[in-house]
Order: sequence, then C-alpha cells, then structure tokens
Amino acid sequence: MKCTEFLRELTDYLDGTLSESMRAELDEHLHWCHECHVVMNTTQKTIEIYRDNQLYELPESLRDRLHQAIMNRCRDSKRGKENA
Amino acid sequence: METIQKKAGEEVSDELALVQAAQKGDLEAFSELVNRYDRNIFRIAQHITHNEDDAQDVVQDAFLKAYRNLAQFQGNSKFYTWLVRIAVNEALMKLRKRRNEKTVSIDEDVETDDGSIPREVADWSPNPEQLYGQSELGDILKKTIQGLPPGFRTVFVLRDVEGLSTEETAEMLGLSVPAVKSRLLRARLQLRERLAKYFKSRKNGDGQREVH
Repeated sequence: MKCTEFLRELTDYLDGTLSESMRAELDEHLHWCHECHVVMNTTQKTIEIYRDNQLYELPESLRDRLHQAIMNRCRDSKRGKENA
Repeated sequence: METIQKKAGEEVSDELALVQAAQKGDLEAFSELVNRYDRNIFRIAQHITHNEDDAQDVVQDAFLKAYRNLAQFQGNSKFYTWLVRIAVNEALMKLRKRRNEKTVSIDEDVETDDGSIPREVADWSPNPEQLYGQSELGDILKKTIQGLPPGFRTVFVLRDVEGLSTEETAEMLGLSVPAVKSRLLRARLQLRERLAKYFKSRKNGDGQREVH
C-alpha cells in the first residue's frame, strides 16, 4: 500500500467504518510508515481538539434574550395566522 | 447498552410528541424544542458565519422558519436534522450577503486539494493543550477553521464537532454520502496541516516531507 492509498482511507480508518481486511492492510502500512503514523495521530488529535474545546458557547444572558425574541416572534406569527 | 438504546428511543418519541403538540399550536412545546437545540444551532451558525450578530440572527430566523413551517415537517427524519438543514441555509445566506457574493454554497471549492496533501509530518509534542493557554488555543482553533472553504468547514463542524453521522450530515446538506466523506477527509487534513504550524514538535529538523 502506498501513502496516497492510505490517506484515501484515513477518514474511514479513524471512524472505524472499514472492513476488517482493509483495516488490517492499513495497520500493516502504519507498522512500517512512520510519516503516515504521525499524520494519522495528528489528524486524530485535530478532531479531538475541536471536539473538546467548544469554541462558541452561547452565554446564558444572550441565550435568554434570544429565547424571548424567538418566542415573541412565534407568538406574533401565530396571532397573525389566527386573525387572517 | 440496553439502557442507552432505550434512552435514545424515549428521547425520539418524546421529541415527536413535542413537535406534534407544537404543530397543534402549543407554544410551550415549541419553547422546549428551542431549549434543546439553541446552543447547537448557535455553534453551527457561528462556525459558518464567523460573526456573532449574524449567528444570533440565524438562531432566531431558523427557529421562526421552523415554527412557521411545522405543518410541513412529516416526521420522516428527526426534528433536529430538519432544523439544522434550515439553519445551515440561513447561515450560508448571511455569509453570501456579507461577502456580497452570489456563489457561497456547500459546493464551493470542491475541487481544491490545497493543503490536503500532508507536508508537515513532525509529531505534536508536547500536547497542544499544554503548549498554549485556553484563550490563546481558542484563537488558534478559530483562526484555523475560518480559513477552510465554507463547504468543508460545515461538514467538519456537523460531523466532528456536533458528532452527527455521515448519513445525517448528507441529509442536512443535500449531499451524497461519498461527497460528505470526501469533504470531511479534506477538511480534516487541511486543518491538521494548518494546526501543525502551531503544534509541531520543533526538536527534530523541520519535519517536512514530499509525499510518495
């Protein structure tokens, strides 16, 4: 297996959705190819770091304001429909 | 395992009951649906628009649109899948307006392989979380993901940040499963390549290679 072939399967490898035989082929490649091993490790780390560090949390005060605005607009919309 | 499956099943039927109540005009039921998903919709909108005002508008507009079109929701898919689909479209529209472009779409830049071929092959050590403080790390992560084409970062956010399945992501974006997989692979590799500039170990040479 060449590195380019390994890379093509990387997403399925990381997601654990490969067949057993394909997974074994990739494991074999990883065994001797240090560079692909690093690429696999650091790609895994990339996914984890974005998953673990939520970048855009909604602050509670803003959340309350948005919630109120949404419900007001829904109420207006409901009233508009009823009066139509 | 049995408990987890049961819980997921209960949540789905509970969600369907809320949607059905909201369809009959129960605003409290709809309010509960907003409570469940507003944080996720805000995160997705922020990732696509990179602008907090736009993200706030997207949250409001997406929920209002969902409310107004509840009658059209058939229950074939999950409510959340349907809601995210609405929110992604709203967010892309905002991005288009801000950039004053006609062509910002999920299909944009599909042909680019820029950064998808690994060049940085030094390991990341020490752990990036030890190397940077939390706010500095947050800035690096934001700046890096902002550099991806919208179609790539949307797929990455739905699959890897929000933890949705490939099939759900495909349904939300109106893409095929192979198209989602291909964008996800390139998004992951491009992010990895860009993050390597900050996180790579500096001990052994420059850690660059030509791919073979």
